[in-house]
Amino acid sequence: MTALLEARGVGKCFGAVVAAADIDICISAGERVSLIGSNGAGKTTFVNMVTGYLKPDAGQITLDGQDITQLHPRAITRLGVARSFQIPQLYTDLTVLDNMLVANACHDQRLSFWQPARRSMAIERADTLLERFRLGEHRDRRVAELPGGVRKLLDIAMALTSAPKLLLLDEPTSGVSAEEKFPMMDTIMAALGEERSTTVLFVEHDMDIVERYASRVVAFYSGRIIADGTPAVALATDDVRRYVTGELLHE
Amino acid sequence: MSAILPSSPAPVRLAAAPPRWRIVLLGLGCCAALAVAGLVMPKWLTFLITMAAANGLVSLGIVILMRGGVVPFGQGMVFAIGGYTAALAFNKLGITDALGLTLAGGTMAALVAAPFAPLLSRYRGIFFAMLTLALSMVTYGLLMKLTVLGGSDGFNMGRPTLLGQTLPDERVGYVLYLLSIGVATVVALMARVYFDSTRGLITLAVRENELRVEYLGGSVRQAMAINFILASFCGGLGGALAVMALGHIEPNFSFWTTSGEFVFVAILAGWQSVAAVFVASMVLEVVRSFSSAYFPNTWQLVLGLFLLFVIRFLPRGIGSLWVKGSTR
Repeated sequence: MTALLEARGVGKCFGAVVAAADIDICISAGERVSLIGSNGAGKTTFVNMVTGYLKPDAGQITLDGQDITQLHPRAITRLGVARSFQIPQLYTDLTVLDNMLVANACHDQRLSFWQPARRSMAIERADTLLERFRLGEHRDRRVAELPGGVRKLLDIAMALTSAPKLLLLDEPTSGVSAEEKFPMMDTIMAALGEERSTTVLFVEHDMDIVERYASRVVAFYSGRIIADGTPAVALATDDVRRYVTGELLHE
Repeated sequence: MSAILPSSPAPVRLAAAPPRWRIVLLGLGCCAALAVAGLVMPKWLTFLITMAAANGLVSLGIVILMRGGVVPFGQGMVFAIGGYTAALAFNKLGITDALGLTLAGGTMAALVAAPFAPLLSRYRGIFFAMLTLALSMVTYGLLMKLTVLGGSDGFNMGRPTLLGQTLPDERVGYVLYLLSIGVATVVALMARVYFDSTRGLITLAVRENELRVEYLGGSVRQAMAINFILASFCGGLGGALAVMALGHIEPNFSFWTTSGEFVFVAILAGWQSVAAVFVASMVLEVVRSFSSAYFPNTWQLVLGLFLLFVIRFLPRGIGSLWVKGSTR
């Protein structure tokens, strides 16, 4: 498979704190990659560097062979990278549909002073995506009234509006109760299933979720990659069992 | 999971954008009704409405910016630029057509504001407000010192023409009234279309969450800069109309208290309705006129109490009386 995202020698420090050190990673198109690690391991820092929110101190990040290391988040989004957030970044005063229309309008390269945002074509597109995420019935509700799980799904649905090549999900199941995590991931993966060309990178703490939904696991510890492989292989390494899952903590 | 994602299959269908022809007809209907009513109105009332329409245009500019989450405290600057442009074009260039002068005022205000737009688009909250205030006070200072522009006394301008027709004494007030409500109607309709457009929706999104707009591929700074230029154009139109109605211009057009009155109207109107801006502008003119007639030394007190009342009982402004929902 061809490399979609490639990071070479990427590093980032915040003062004396090393958030990322010499990260080398190559992600192929179509992969479902889970980033795991304890708090402060560098997962979100990596996601933030890929999306342009943080600029690396060292190294290079390329998307489809194009250097995106110093690009602005908007430029990176335009190249086909979308993300959702650990805390959903939504427009709480607007309805679910209007949130989708905002996403649609932002993605529209030919913004217009004249064309209505609520035109039927945009509404149909939004409805289709909402149905895929089983959010159709919430479409006319204000986001402020929605429960956390629905907000998470909406956050991801908005990110998918641009049909990205690479989708980064930052802890998609955080804040969701244990019994709701799997159905929620099923919904997300089923919705993503129709976007077969989309490569997914998701940050996750729940190893059951990782095992079930990832085709590859990249484990971080103290800003470095300590394991990279299939879930069965990566989760079985000593470093992951010691520093991520805590199974060997007492040894 | 069922609590989160109950499986009810039939979502409610929201209507697409409201039909524009209905909004246009409504706007033109109001304009025509005012035009007819103007024939029988006393002159003081037509003058009041002329000024309310001119000042309302400036406040509409503020509302355009308010929808993006910022409030300028220096719209007096573009008001003055529009006014001085119209008056100078009349006196120095011999351009006498009222419509041409109005457009010249708006265009010049937008052109002068444009270089500042990229800078201002970087700031929010009190910093944006203070920067715009600073610009307007610099303009005020310059106008006070430039004797070629009449210094602190300003200067007079003569009677404009309209479409090649000279305006006799008895008709000039009414024609300027027609022009003001006509320009206000056209700009109000265009503003409504803009608010409902894709760019308009992005402005609303910027107001609530800039970070997400950028991550969705939208440009926050571009949206803010465009809004500032549009607001300046509206302010310039208002200044030109006001100076033609008054026949005189002075640096006070750019003074901070003038800017404050425009902000007052914008807050009174709220950011949801275009029509509310002109209603609020009329309310201000009426309250000011009657208060200054009956309570000459305390009319600002009446105005302040009125604003307190509105903020307490209509926190989203007068427009919230007829605009339901959160986004329009």
